[in-house]
Amino acid sequence: MASITLDKVGKIYAGGTRAVGDVNIDIADGEFIVLVGPSGCGKSTLLRMVAGLESISEGTVRIGDRVVNDIEPADRDIAMVFQNYALYPHMSVRQNLAYGLKNRGTPKPEIERRVAEAAEILQIGPFLDRKPRALSGGQRQRVAMGRAIVREPAAFLFDEPLSNLDAKLRVTMRLEIKELQRRLRTTSIYVTHDQLEAMTLADRLVVLNAGRIEQIGTPLEVYRKPASTFVASFIGSPAMNLISSTALPHLPGVAHAGTIGIRPEDLTVSATGPILMDVLAVEELGAQRLVHGQTGGERLTVTLSSNAELSDSLRLDYRPGSLHLFTAGEGRRID
Amino acid sequence: MIENRPGLNLLAHLTLMLGVAIVALPVWVAFVASTHTATDFMSGTIPLWPGPHLIENYSQMLGAGVSTSGTPPVGTMMLNSLIMALLIACGKIAISITSAFAIVYFRFPLRNMAFWCIFITMMLPVEVRIVPTFQVVADLGMLNSYAGLSIPLIASATATFLFRQVFLTIPDELTEAARIDGAGPMKFFRDILLPLSRTNIAALFVILFIYGWNQYLWPLLITTSSDYYTIVAGIKRMADAVDGLPQWHLVMATAMLAMLPPVAVVIGMQRLFVKGLVETEK
Repeated sequence: MASITLDKVGKIYAGGTRAVGDVNIDIADGEFIVLVGPSGCGKSTLLRMVAGLESISEGTVRIGDRVVNDIEPADRDIAMVFQNYALYPHMSVRQNLAYGLKNRGTPKPEIERRVAEAAEILQIGPFLDRKPRALSGGQRQRVAMGRAIVREPAAFLFDEPLSNLDAKLRVTMRLEIKELQRRLRTTSIYVTHDQLEAMTLADRLVVLNAGRIEQIGTPLEVYRKPASTFVASFIGSPAMNLISSTALPHLPGVAHAGTIGIRPEDLTVSATGPILMDVLAVEELGAQRLVHGQTGGERLTVTLSSNAELSDSLRLDYRPGSLHLFTAGEGRRID
Repeated sequence: MIENRPGLNLLAHLTLMLGVAIVALPVWVAFVASTHTATDFMSGTIPLWPGPHLIENYSQMLGAGVSTSGTPPVGTMMLNSLIMALLIACGKIAISITSAFAIVYFRFPLRNMAFWCIFITMMLPVEVRIVPTFQVVADLGMLNSYAGLSIPLIASATATFLFRQVFLTIPDELTEAARIDGAGPMKFFRDILLPLSRTNIAALFVILFIYGWNQYLWPLLITTSSDYYTIVAGIKRMADAVDGLPQWHLVMATAMLAMLPPVAVVIGMQRLFVKGLVETEK
């Protein structure tokens, strides 16, 4: 168990391309941090720098109170779960779990105890003598986590561990990972591009864009007060409506803002509302329906209950205090 | 393409049978020849059915050999061939798997050049470099020795290239997982790479064993002592009977015997061999 500190961390590749720059994160002991961002935003690179699989070009990474910049991955006291599981195909599940411990010279009875314990936690006891290819995707995922657990490391690093699973299994495994982390209280860094996964798992979210941190905060903070238009559009589903202030000049306070953000779920139908939307398309989701339309030349999406009446144009109001205002150029939040 | 027409099926089978017949006929003739006496073949008509002298011919070859051509008994030559083929096959595999390991997994200066240097030697088989190679081997005093028979044939660009391709298909994550699991380079090689390329090693062994067994020109050139004659070169020497007619029935018996070890290797390792050639999943 340990805290992890990233101090001005940056990554520059051999060709001079900057993948990550100026990243500062303080991760408390036992905290579950999720790095989230679109593909190519540098989140995996960042994780791999913590793991020691990529060299650190700038800044320092501390695990506990030890600077680990020049320490081999095996000696950093971390365990990693890979996207494609990276199980050794020629070894049985038991050998897969034990391999890391064996290389460290852990005594045999101790290895057996830890493997049995991990198998118990993850319910993979019946598969211990099978080869990975005889397991289903979810079971392989469990084995990959088991390999991390048996090491009893200071930190777990997850690199998009659920993206190879089907949607239903992903939801189940997501919950399992969360419960597991609650139980073991091991500091964890989790990388994903799925904002839903990020919201549900994280104690704190780190939203990355183009190699830089856009915002760090609890899921609700990030959802309620996105620091920039990028975060606003990335977190939350369906995405927040971002409308140029010129399209709705009569809303209060928009005079200084470049962009107005309103979440689709914060809009309601109201005969006296200030926004008039022409309906273009409707998506039925069962409990709700998404109405897509246009106002003042800008696209707008509204979440309505499935029994709401529809017509060619809707007059909309927003919940008080639900307007997000952003600056014109950089799209930073205005409070 | 799957078609279900009896006519096409028949045609396909006929074609295959014709192919088998073309391949098998010379082998059959050799076998028939090895069961007759010497004179049967000098009469002008080649018999097409086995004769009564099978045991006699084979026991003579296995026991005494053909004294007139100066070759030792077949057993000695088979043993020489076996040692040479095994040395070549094992040596080639050992050297090429380690050099492929170095090229794929280590970043050292001139790595690409090293790879291309190895690759270019593909253009220089023994036949091309035979005179200088002979000179080097002679200067090192390796004529008439197992080392001289095998070492010049061991370096192999083909096998290095093959293992390089195999290693490139092993996902990076596996390497990284091993690194995090605390496996150093040699441990990774032994615990992960070797078991994962097991089938490829087997496939390559079959090919290289046959390559080694069938070596003809090189052993013929560097062995002058009959203690080191290999079987393939020995057959040639037998056929060159100095005074008198070549004893075809005995030459053919030797040829039949010489075929057995490669056949045994192919049959014995067939399953692994096919797996190694077609398997892509890692």
